[in-house]
Amino acid sequence: MSQIINDLGFVTDAQAFTFVEPDHLAANADAASVAIDLPSDASADDLAQNLSQLSAVRIDFPSFADGRGFTIAKRLRELGFTGHIRARGHVIADQYAMARRSGFDDVEISDDLAARQPQDQWLARANWQAHDYQSRLKRRA
Amino acid sequence: MYSYNDFDEAFVRERVAQFSAQVERRIDGSLTEDEFKPLRLMNGLYLQLHAYMLRVAVPYGTLSAPQMRQLAYIADTWDKGYGHFTTRQNIQYNWPELKDVPAMLSALADVGMHAIQTSGNTIRNVTADQFAGAAADEIEDPRPVAELLRQWSTDHPEFQFLPRKFKIAVTGSSTDRAVTKAHDIGLRMVRNDAGEPGFEVIIGGGLGRTPMVGKIVRDFLPKADLLPYCEAIVSVYNVLGRRDNKYKARIKITVHENGLDVMRDKIEAAFAEKKAQFDGVDQEMLAEIEQHFAAPAFKTADTSGYEAARLANPAFRSWTDTNLAAHRADGYSIVSISIKKHGATPGDATSDQMGVMADLAEKYGHGELRISHEQNVILPHVHQSDLHAVYSALRAADLATANIGLISDIIACPGMDYCALATARSIPVAQEIAERFDELKLEHEVGPLKIKISGCINACGHHHVGHIGILGLDRAGVESYQITLGGSGMEDATIGERAGRGFSADEIVPAIERLVLGYLDLRHDADETFLEAYRRLGAAPFKAVLYPSDAKADAA
Amino acid sequence: MKSPQVITANALLEGDAIWLTEDDRWTRDMAEAELIEHEAHGAIRMLFAQSQPSVAVGVYLADAKPGANGPEPTHFRETFRTRGPSNYAHGKQVELS
Repeated sequence: MSQIINDLGFVTDAQAFTFVEPDHLAANADAASVAIDLPSDASADDLAQNLSQLSAVRIDFPSFADGRGFTIAKRLRELGFTGHIRARGHVIADQYAMARRSGFDDVEISDDLAARQPQDQWLARANWQAHDYQSRLKRRA
Repeated sequence: MYSYNDFDEAFVRERVAQFSAQVERRIDGSLTEDEFKPLRLMNGLYLQLHAYMLRVAVPYGTLSAPQMRQLAYIADTWDKGYGHFTTRQNIQYNWPELKDVPAMLSALADVGMHAIQTSGNTIRNVTADQFAGAAADEIEDPRPVAELLRQWSTDHPEFQFLPRKFKIAVTGSSTDRAVTKAHDIGLRMVRNDAGEPGFEVIIGGGLGRTPMVGKIVRDFLPKADLLPYCEAIVSVYNVLGRRDNKYKARIKITVHENGLDVMRDKIEAAFAEKKAQFDGVDQEMLAEIEQHFAAPAFKTADTSGYEAARLANPAFRSWTDTNLAAHRADGYSIVSISIKKHGATPGDATSDQMGVMADLAEKYGHGELRISHEQNVILPHVHQSDLHAVYSALRAADLATANIGLISDIIACPGMDYCALATARSIPVAQEIAERFDELKLEHEVGPLKIKISGCINACGHHHVGHIGILGLDRAGVESYQITLGGSGMEDATIGERAGRGFSADEIVPAIERLVLGYLDLRHDADETFLEAYRRLGAAPFKAVLYPSDAKADAA
Repeated sequence: MKSPQVITANALLEGDAIWLTEDDRWTRDMAEAELIEHEAHGAIRMLFAQSQPSVAVGVYLADAKPGANGPEPTHFRETFRTRGPSNYAHGKQVELS
């Protein structure tokens, strides 16, 4: 099992997306509202043509030290993706603000990790909009 | 000088609070050491051979007098009464305990300083020309841009877990005192045909295991495009850089493996999109930052006393010959305070010395100090009429060594006396070389010569770009020192060539002595520096003096 | 196993070098460390050492040799860890004496 975390803390998976592999997209070119899993070595640009088809993208974090997911999420937002973006895997509470600022909506971690890093440690970073140099330097969206 | 606004202040306070909580969570087991390590590194805290080490950022090498005093206070309160200035313009404390680090960070925050991103796989403290804002040869003071880069890179959400560390250096002058060609991004200020200032952007330089001179990715980048362009470079690197092998993870390898043209195309494509996200707010901030760096109110005064003192006092004259550089304002000089007394540890200053330097900056130097990558302290703005008073005070504090740019002005990393990564010691080698040439009374005759010593292949001591580089290695359980020749870290950046087999700890100082005495025989005249002689003659005659028995064998 | 070994690490709170003793303590004096002669026993002791993350960080086996007062280092790096830096009288060279 796994735990979904957003600004409210530990929550149940309200959207209940069914995530599929990216190659599923080609097979279902007409389908709307597909949710896909992306590995951390994927290129966001490869999805540029399919963004309107997607309801959600779940990006893998094989290790908390692998920061590619942050740039992938940011790139999806730059390409105009407005659907749901979820970080899944080894994400630690201290990275929650980075994830939110990079364009993720929520984080999905294992129950083991959730037990070791309980809700209060994530809620402590729910103020991710505060103290953010980036938001001072860039265009107000 | 830049001073924190409410946002900066709140940011560092929040960060101290976060780190305090992280320390508690490490101790209570919420965070494993694997998870805590990158977090402590992001806050400058290493675990070394004998203790923790806290690396404090001195952004672009600039300090105010109160900041220097606070560094002294921290050394006295939580360390052993001294600090070590590094080749990245930072200061390191070698003996803190884990529980005290939040208090140290809080004391730093009190004077608008921090240890954020002085380590870890993230964008590190931005370094700059130590003579910025004072040098006679400068186009513009690069520090406002460096401060803008500091704000942009601090806590940048995408770039806290890069494939490897990422270093940016900036210079506002054609003379490259910031080693821009040995950085992940080097920014060298130039003017375009219209006379507007902008940057030559260099990427993929670096020393370490695979030393490379950086390559120019953009001849001219308008100043206003700096942040989106840098963000483009780092985002391309974040997804393209290798994560399977940490020795191949720096951007120099990414550039080498993908080719400069491929990198440029990707960067320019990303830049085109990034540019739209910056709509000039950053330029408004830059304009505000620039006001902080307005030149001090330079004074005019009679300098005849200075000339008279030079004539009357040979020791003072010698110090003015080596330790001053040309200032842009009439009657002013840039003073380099040598932290390289013969036999002392390069870059180490006691808290008392820090206090003296802070006082001098306040009394005679418009309140400013700088740290150079060559591990010295600079008073950037001293009027010549005050030089003798400054010299006398420095002399009383054991800080008046007249050796800037000479053989005893050695860069040395901490090496195996402190560093967990080191393969051999660096400090004792530096100490012995300096003492030996002081004994020989030869260093002024030898003239400009840069010796740089690293205690491992990671090259924090910049040995590849030393005119003479020394690399300490572990050869079968014994310290061994390899010499490189002909390197340069200036605008003519060159990676030194290996001279041949290594020398033991007992042999290395005599080997350097042979090499330098050999140079005195080989040089054209006293005006030809070691580096010029090496470039003219090539390695062979220098190898012959280094390895005399080989030369004899060849002749036989 | 080519050489006898000791188990060493840095202390989590103080950061200095520590060694594992036969009676499951961590000592700051290498001479008190357990000298491990057999590889299988070393593996068991490593498991024990690694199970104490709130005390010891970066646990590893280091070569050592028997000496008059207890285990002694064989590599210069380990010698420095028992002593401290060579440029100042700081660290164990003064704290232990």
